[in-house]
Amino acid sequence: MPVLWIVVIIFAISVVGYLIGRKRALSMTDDGARGLHSLPSYYGWNVVMFAAVPSLLALAAWLLVAPLVIDGRVSALLPNETIPQVSTRGLVMEDVRRLASGIDAAISRGALTEDEAANIRTDFTNVRARLGEVGVALGSEPSQAVVNAAQRYRGLSAASGIWMTVVVLSLSAGGFGLAYSLTKAEFRARNTVERGILALLMLASTIAILTTLGIVLSMLFETTNFFRAYSWQEFFLGARWSPDFRGNSDLGILPLLWGTLYISLVALIVAVPIGLFAAIYMSEYAGPRLRSVAKPLLELLAGIPTIVYGLFALITVGPLIRDWLAQPTGWGESSSSVITAGLVMGIMLIPFVSSLSDDIINAVPQTMRDGSFGLGATKSETIRQVVVPAALPGIVGAVLLAASRAIGETMIVVMGAGAAAAQFQGGQFLNPLEAMTTVTVKIVSQLTGDTDFASPETLVAFALGLTLFVITLGLNVLALYIVRKYREQYE
Amino acid sequence: MNDMRPVERIVDTDKPKIAARGCQVYYGENHAIKDVDVDIEDKAVTAFIGPSGCGKSTFLRCLNRMNDTIDVCRVEGDIRIDDEDIYDRKVDPVQLRAKVGMVFQKPNPFPKSIYDNVAYGPRIHGLAKDKAELDEIVERSLRRGAIWDEVKDRLTAPGTGLSGGQQQRLCIARAVATEPEVLLMDEPCSALDPIATEQVENLIDELRQNYSVVIVTHSMQQAARVSQKTAFFHLGNLVEYGETGQIFNNPKDPRTESYITGRIG
Amino acid sequence: MSDATAPATGPAGVRVKKMSLLEQDDRTKRRNAAEKRFQFYGLTAITVGVLALAMLLISILSNGLSAFSQSFVTFEVTLTQEQIADAEASVVKTSKYSAIIKDNFQTALAAQGLADQVSVDDAMGLISKEAAAQLRNVATARMGDDEDVSRSFTFLTNGRIDGYYKGRVTMETAARDSNISPEQLQLADQLREAGLIEKRFNWGFMTMPDASGQRPEAAGLGVAILGSLYMMLVVLCLALPIGVAASIYLEEFAPKNWLTDIIEVNISNLAAVPSIVFGILGLAIFINFAGLPQSAPIVGGLVLTLMTLPTIIIATRASLKSVPPSIRSAALGLGASKMQSVFHHVLPLAAPGILTGTIIGLAQALGETAPLLLIGMVAFVREYPAGPPEGLFDPASALPVQVYNWTQRSDPAFFERASGAIIILLIFLLFMNALAIFLRRRFERRW
Repeated sequence: MPVLWIVVIIFAISVVGYLIGRKRALSMTDDGARGLHSLPSYYGWNVVMFAAVPSLLALAAWLLVAPLVIDGRVSALLPNETIPQVSTRGLVMEDVRRLASGIDAAISRGALTEDEAANIRTDFTNVRARLGEVGVALGSEPSQAVVNAAQRYRGLSAASGIWMTVVVLSLSAGGFGLAYSLTKAEFRARNTVERGILALLMLASTIAILTTLGIVLSMLFETTNFFRAYSWQEFFLGARWSPDFRGNSDLGILPLLWGTLYISLVALIVAVPIGLFAAIYMSEYAGPRLRSVAKPLLELLAGIPTIVYGLFALITVGPLIRDWLAQPTGWGESSSSVITAGLVMGIMLIPFVSSLSDDIINAVPQTMRDGSFGLGATKSETIRQVVVPAALPGIVGAVLLAASRAIGETMIVVMGAGAAAAQFQGGQFLNPLEAMTTVTVKIVSQLTGDTDFASPETLVAFALGLTLFVITLGLNVLALYIVRKYREQYE
Repeated sequence: MNDMRPVERIVDTDKPKIAARGCQVYYGENHAIKDVDVDIEDKAVTAFIGPSGCGKSTFLRCLNRMNDTIDVCRVEGDIRIDDEDIYDRKVDPVQLRAKVGMVFQKPNPFPKSIYDNVAYGPRIHGLAKDKAELDEIVERSLRRGAIWDEVKDRLTAPGTGLSGGQQQRLCIARAVATEPEVLLMDEPCSALDPIATEQVENLIDELRQNYSVVIVTHSMQQAARVSQKTAFFHLGNLVEYGETGQIFNNPKDPRTESYITGRIG
Repeated sequence: MSDATAPATGPAGVRVKKMSLLEQDDRTKRRNAAEKRFQFYGLTAITVGVLALAMLLISILSNGLSAFSQSFVTFEVTLTQEQIADAEASVVKTSKYSAIIKDNFQTALAAQGLADQVSVDDAMGLISKEAAAQLRNVATARMGDDEDVSRSFTFLTNGRIDGYYKGRVTMETAARDSNISPEQLQLADQLREAGLIEKRFNWGFMTMPDASGQRPEAAGLGVAILGSLYMMLVVLCLALPIGVAASIYLEEFAPKNWLTDIIEVNISNLAAVPSIVFGILGLAIFINFAGLPQSAPIVGGLVLTLMTLPTIIIATRASLKSVPPSIRSAALGLGASKMQSVFHHVLPLAAPGILTGTIIGLAQALGETAPLLLIGMVAFVREYPAGPPEGLFDPASALPVQVYNWTQRSDPAFFERASGAIIILLIFLLFMNALAIFLRRRFERRW
């Protein structure tokens, strides 16, 4: 039975359960609703909960686990000899699955009868052509072993489907029955229902943990696959990046890290002074009118998606820098360069630094400023020698967070920094007008390329991603630690 | 080390150190200080007393133009220090505040070392030619603040690490480091425990030998203990001004007497 | 113990300290100059930031506004039923329709006396190659009717002609260009004077699907906008309930134990994780492990949901926190259970803040590009996805991804398209943020 029908049936059972549960509860007292422990609707919801939740969870679990189990059983049927040289077990299993669903489609469209399907012999039947007639495409003629495996697959899937329906629906009915029997006047339906809701709320909040786990595990898994094919020393310490789809690539992370750090440095050089001074002026000097105009305008910079900045870098800033800076000085040729990407990224980070600094500067107590004024200091002296040093830990934290943002940025560097990795011989890697790619750009290019997924050239993207994740996480934790440690001096 | 010689400074005992005539202060529409005339003597402690909100702190802050930092505040009238109108357009408040120091209600040392706290004022005003002279100024100021012996071995420790009373004495030392001639103190002991209060009050008594001290206090007993002259403020007016003994034992104005005897306040 | 009476003059001798307040000494003058410089730096910083914003917007607008107008050519086309039947029966249908257009165009040119300017094929080169598909759509709709089709058709002009009228292509560049010749441009000018070619507002830019690299004039955002819409739908349906549920648990019910701490740490970390890492997560888990189709809005929606959850959770928690405890106490005092007090009282009062946070989260999600690239959305998609829920599994594109896609093509006309698409994106974002601010002002309570 299709999944949708199962869900609909469970839904129907729940609706009926609600009405019946409620009615039964009311029938249990002479007083009507006042004789019950909880409001009548809670008794209804109680039945719904028992009928729907366990069965839906079982359905979800079955849908997740069953394919894995079936895959495992069928895969065991394929002896190693049947796997052709150029392929892998995984790819053959894909053929099996596709063949199985193709045979199902052919039967439903009448091109094959059940009997025929059960007895396909590849030496007699041109399976590919027969299936092609009903619009099922197969890459190549399947072998007998694959056909047999496909039959088994169909059989197991069908059986699993039937069992799933039976188990889930009986769970639903059983839940219904259980809840019904529990319904009495003294039964604390509200408490039970609320406990159930609390469980659901808690489940929702664990999504955060699940996401982090998912991120770490998914990258870790493929990274270990990568390190099986390519040594980790060469990855972390290698100074050349030149992937080759024929194999024998150089996949060192150092050139990419250098590009990332260089561009982030330029971005911070732009963003931190501008952001800090803007924040200082707006919180210490600016009148309310200037503040009400300037602050929203700077916040606007924060709301613009990074693809817009990327386009800006590509169309406007890149050519400008090339025409006015790179070509006249002869230091660079292309419109993609470290300065292009760094400059645009810096503009993007200005509101980030500015609004964080603004909060931090405002948190410095006014008595400190008064003390300085009382000694005869000018406003700028007070800011430079009292306020900023007092706010320094917070400002450092803000800079670290901005750095973390810069390191993880993708679209601006994809469109503004080019694809060429830095090279460490000669002084070329120090030239800011040179194009230099970053870790994030390579993650995108290696994962969206045409190379085979299992090859080290593609898997390296996961290793890069894991490295990136660890670096940004480290920066964030450090920033938080610094801010927290020094905030104590005011409290 | 207890040199009791007073400061070599030319003092004109006829003229008051600070002279205010017809002083008005407005917070927006609110007329906070009305028509205040007062003469403050040099080398003496003058106390401003009065119930909450009577304007004593506001008037105090007029004397070093701290009210300038508040946008809605407007000061009118004539306030002269050493016969120079401090609200004259040519006067830079920055220079004025080197001459008129201030200590605040809640101790507010900077989050710097003890040394740097005291050295801050001399540094920005360029009072020391070299490090040796700066060291000297710092030591002298800490001695004047009656805190030298307690901190001389830990000058690099943060100023915020001291106890409440020590912090306030540090702030006093910091204020005298710029060589002011007038010291304004806005309820300096209200945040301190009794022992610290006693230490600071003793200090005030010694400070008057070198400075003109004006102290705002909400404690009549404190005013009676430390001051030579007392001014009673009420609802923005300066009601009565005279010798401390006379104000407390023989007040002329009925409002003063009500306050002294505790009927109002 | 106290040295308050130590002399004011140092061993260096008496220092003249009596100075009139009415004169500024040199040092004070220098300090004031430094003060003015400092203020100047601050003002300059703000100006630089605002100027950068202005430059950004001006650059995008100047490049992109022209994408909204397009040159069209209009002339009479007669399409007989035999022609339709013949074309539909053949294998290469579009070339049949092209031939029909070519003939009809020649007739129109002859009527203007312009038939001999250029060769027939060159004349055809003025019209976009998309025109054949357009004609086919009408033909198949009218196939089997009693009458022939005979009416005026408006077709897009070729990309180079359009570029000519937008200043990208000139007579000089046309001489070097293999796709267009100066004679063709002159013909176009004459047709313009005759009124057959005109520049009009191009609604198709927003409704048509993407076109191949040779036809920038026909490239549109229809599929991308629909794809983005579907993804926003998925995010709204998933992130809002989950986010609110998680926030309620953390804010009202969670006990202060290690599990809660871990959850909170995770949430604040996830808010700072680079977006590309979420793309890797989507690729590894939703596509590789769960087998969902590549480039489908459902996958994009799931990835964006995970990215938007921290934003919604943080905004919701702030709203819940802002409801004063007195409300909760009042409800509990009347005998409501904790959960009833939360759902009946606190949540409705926090609703405006939650709504605002959700809208802002959706606006952020709309502009995300990097994770969508990794789940395969760079693919070239020409068919519209079906209606939900099946359409969620069809391949689609998204607005920001389409922009990226267009910038990777060689024809510079696509830069204009990309900028125009960004204008549309910014309009959507402006609208959403304005809505959020309006709702916040309207419904915000000050306790």
